Amino acid sequence: MTEVRLRGVSKSFGRVHAVRELNLDVERGELVAVLGPSGCGKTTLLRAIAGFERPDAGSIVVSDEEVAGPGRFVPPERRRIGMVFQDYALFPHLTVTANVAFGLANRPREEREALTRRTLELVGLQHKSSRHPHELSGGERQRVALARALAPEPAVVLLDEPFSNLDATLRAGLRREVELILRDAEATALLVTHDQEEALSLADRVAVMREGRIVQVGAPEEVYVRPASRWAAQFVGEVNVLAGVAHGRGVETELGLFDLRAPASGAVHVAVRPEQLEVRADHDGNAEVVAREFRGHDVLYRLRHEGGRVVLVQLASLELYEVGARVFVRPAPAAVTTVVD
Amino acid sequence: MKSDGIDAWAILPALLAAAVAAPLVGLPLSYAVAPGALSDFSGLVPEAVGATVVVIAGAGAGTLVLGTALAALVSFCDFPGRGWIEWALVLPLAMPGYVFTLFALGLDLPGIRSSFGAVCVFTLVLYPYVYLLARAAFLAQSRTLLEAARGLGLSRRAAIARVGLPLARPAILGGVALALMEALADFGTVNLLGVPTFTDAIYQVWFIGFDRDAAMQLATLLVSVTLTLLVLERLARGRARYHQLAARGDLTPPVRLRGPAAAAAVVAPLALVGFVVAAPLAQLAAWSIEAVREGLLAPEFATAARNSVLLAAMSALLVPLAAILLAYGARASRSRTAAALARTATIGYGLPGSVVAVAVIVPLSWIERRIDGVAGTGLLLTGTVIGLFYAYLVRFLALAWGAVEASLTRIPRHLDEAARGLGSDRLDVLARVHVPLMRAGLATAALLLFVEVMKELPATLLLRPLGGDTLAIAVWQATTESLFETAALPALLIVLVGLLPVAAMLRLSGRRGAELEATQAAGTWAEELEQPEVVRA
Repeated sequence: MTEVRLRGVSKSFGRVHAVRELNLDVERGELVAVLGPSGCGKTTLLRAIAGFERPDAGSIVVSDEEVAGPGRFVPPERRRIGMVFQDYALFPHLTVTANVAFGLANRPREEREALTRRTLELVGLQHKSSRHPHELSGGERQRVALARALAPEPAVVLLDEPFSNLDATLRAGLRREVELILRDAEATALLVTHDQEEALSLADRVAVMREGRIVQVGAPEEVYVRPASRWAAQFVGEVNVLAGVAHGRGVETELGLFDLRAPASGAVHVAVRPEQLEVRADHDGNAEVVAREFRGHDVLYRLRHEGGRVVLVQLASLELYEVGARVFVRPAPAAVTTVVD
Repeated sequence: MKSDGIDAWAILPALLAAAVAAPLVGLPLSYAVAPGALSDFSGLVPEAVGATVVVIAGAGAGTLVLGTALAALVSFCDFPGRGWIEWALVLPLAMPGYVFTLFALGLDLPGIRSSFGAVCVFTLVLYPYVYLLARAAFLAQSRTLLEAARGLGLSRRAAIARVGLPLARPAILGGVALALMEALADFGTVNLLGVPTFTDAIYQVWFIGFDRDAAMQLATLLVSVTLTLLVLERLARGRARYHQLAARGDLTPPVRLRGPAAAAAVVAPLALVGFVVAAPLAQLAAWSIEAVREGLLAPEFATAARNSVLLAAMSALLVPLAAILLAYGARASRSRTAAALARTATIGYGLPGSVVAVAVIVPLSWIERRIDGVAGTGLLLTGTVIGLFYAYLVRFLALAWGAVEASLTRIPRHLDEAARGLGSDRLDVLARVHVPLMRAGLATAALLLFVEVMKELPATLLLRPLGGDTLAIAVWQATTESLFETAALPALLIVLVGLLPVAAMLRLSGRRGAELEATQAAGTWAEELEQPEVVRA
C-alpha cells in the first residue's frame, strides 16, 4: 500500500525552481532515500510533504488523504508526519521524556505515558529520560529526535540529512542503529541525504534527484549498477565513462571489450565502475600509476592510459602498485556495463 | 478543512501597527484643520525653540564629555574597586530627572531654576546612556589596533585619543542621541525648573489655553525635532560603521593607576554617584520620615500609590502581550509585510509622552463621540484609564517589543516546525514552545514596563481620569507647590522601583559564563539588560 504519493509537485522560490513536476511513491514500511547534491531541491521536497512549504502545483497524498493539491492545504499539525531535523530541533526547555511526549498532548494520560516509555525503550534512552537536551551527546540527541518523531505513530517519518551533524567516526554505527529502530517500529520513512554511501547502505529504494527532478528510482544495487544517465553514474559512486562502439551485447572501448546489460549499436558511452577493471604489473603495459589512495580494505588507483585519459581502478589491497609503475589495465572478467547516453 | 491560517496571524501585526502609528501620523493634520491655531500663542514657539536648543546643546555636550570620560576611565585604567565603580556608574539611570530636580529644589541649589540648571540635571541623570555604549565599544576594541598605534610611535594616551576614541565614535554618538531623546521627552524637570521647552509649551497650551489644535501643532514640531535627531544619529553612524575586530579575551590590558591618580579615579566617580543617587535617596528618606511623623503626607497618597501599582502592573501585562502578538504574528505568518508592519508599530519609541498623549486623544474622542451617540456612554475612552493604556501602548510597545523580539529571534525556526509536525497549531506552539523559552525576555519586558509606567509623568498628567493621580503626579504636584516633604515618599518609592532592573543587571553580570552557556535559551537576561535601549529605567 502506498503511504506517500506525490504527483506533479512543483515549488519555486522566485525564479528558482526547487522542485519540478516531481512524482514519487513511498510504500508502507519502506525506507526510501532521496539522494542528490546540495541545492537539488530535496529538502524543499521534504518540507512540502511535511507541510512547511506549500507546493505551487501537483498533489501530495499521505495515507489516502490528499494533504496538498489544487485548492487544498492541510496544515502540518494535521498531517500525521514525524520529522527529524538536521539540527534535531529538540525543545531545550523540556526533558527527554517531555520532548518525546510533546506530540502526545491530546492522548489520555495512561496512553501517553505508555507510548513515551515504549518509544524511549525503542531508542534505548530510558535511563536518560529526565535529562535535558544540552546534557546529551550528539548521537543521543539524534535518538531523542527520532523517538519524538516516532512516538505519535505517524504515517511517515521524514529525516532531513540526519547524520550530517555527527562525527564521521560515529556515523556508520548510528546509521545502522537508526535503521534498526525504524525497522523495529515498522515505520515508513523518507530520508534525504547528499551522501551516497548513506543512501545506498540504508534504504530499500534510492531516488536520485537533480535540479528539482527525480532522475532515477530503484533498489540501491540497481541504482549503482545500472545508472540511468551519465550524471547519475557519476553522482552515485566513482565511475569511468568510456566512449565505445556497441555491437549487440558487447561494446568495444579503448580499454577493451565489455559486456552490455542491454543490446545496443553504434557509438555510445558506457559507465564502468572502478572495480570492473583489473590490473597486472607489466613493463610494457598500457597505463602508468599516477596516484594511489589507500583505503584499507581496498585501494583506488588513478592510471594514465596510453590514450591519454585518466582511469579509476579499485583493487583489493592484497597487492600494491607504486606510483610511476607501468601496468596493464583491462576489463575484469564478467564486467557488465550500462550505456549512459 | 481549514485552509492555511496565514491571515489571522498576519492581520494582528497590521492592526497593532495601525493602532499605534495612526495617531502619530495624524498629528500634522492639525495644521490643515486649524491653520492659525498657534498664532494665538505667538510668543510660545520662538521661546520653546530657544529653550529646547539650549537644553539639547548643553545636555548633548555634557553627557558626551562626562559619559565618554567615565567610560574611558573604567576601560583603559585599573584602580582599586574598579569592578564596583564600573557598575555603580550605571545607577543614575534609576533616578528620574524630576526626582533629582525635587532634591535640588529642596536644597535650593543656587542657579538651579534656569536653562543651565536643567542642562546640569540632564547631564547628571542621562550620562549613563553614553557611558554604557562607549564602555561597550571600548571593551570590544581590539588590543592589536592600539598596539599597532603604539608601535607607530604614539604614546598610550595619544593612541587612545587617535585610535580608541574615533573607533568608538558611532557608539558614543548613539549614546548621546539616546540621552537627548530622553531630554526632549522630559516634562517634569523643565516644568519644575521653569524652562519653557516644547514639552512645557504643550502642557501650557493644553491645560491653560485648552487649545487642542495648537497643542497638536506644537507636538508635531517636537516630533520633527526628535526625528531630525534620529536621522542625524543614523547618518553619523552610517558613515562610520567600523567592524569590530576584537576576538573575545583579547582585551586591551588596562593601565594600573597609582597614588593620587588612583585616589582621584576612585573618589570622583563615587562622589558623582553619591551626589546623583545616594544623597537624594538619603534626603528623600529623611523628608519621608518627617512627613510621616508630622502628618504632611498628601491625603491622596494611598490612592496614588494604588493607582501607580495598578497602572504599572496592568501595563506590564498588556504591553508585553501586545509585543508577543506583534512579534509572533510576524514570525508565524512568515510574511515580509507583517515583519515590516511590526517595525512600524514601534515608531512610538522615544517619542515624548506629551506628544503621545496629544496624538491619541483626537482619534479616541472621535470614536468616543460615535459610541456616545449610540449608547450614551459619555467619556468612555478619554475619561477612563483606557485612553491612558492606549498612550502607554503607543509609547512603550517598542520597549517590550525589543526584549520580546530579541529572545524570539534566538529560537530556531526548526523548533516551530518540529512542534507543528507533532500536532501543535500556531497558538499551541506559542504557548508550549515560545513562551517558556522567552520567559527571561518576557520578564525583562514586564519589569521595564512596570518601572517606566511607574515614573511616567507627562502622558499620565494629560490623560489621567478624574481622581486618577499617580505617585509621579503626586511628586510633581507637591514639588510645584514647594511641599518637598510631601513629595519625598512617592519619589522615594519611584526611585526604589527604578533600581530593580539595574539591580537585576548587576546580579546577572556577576554570574555569567558557565551557567548562562548551559541554559542556552533561558540565559538571555544579562545580554538584554546590557542593551541600553532596553535599560531605560
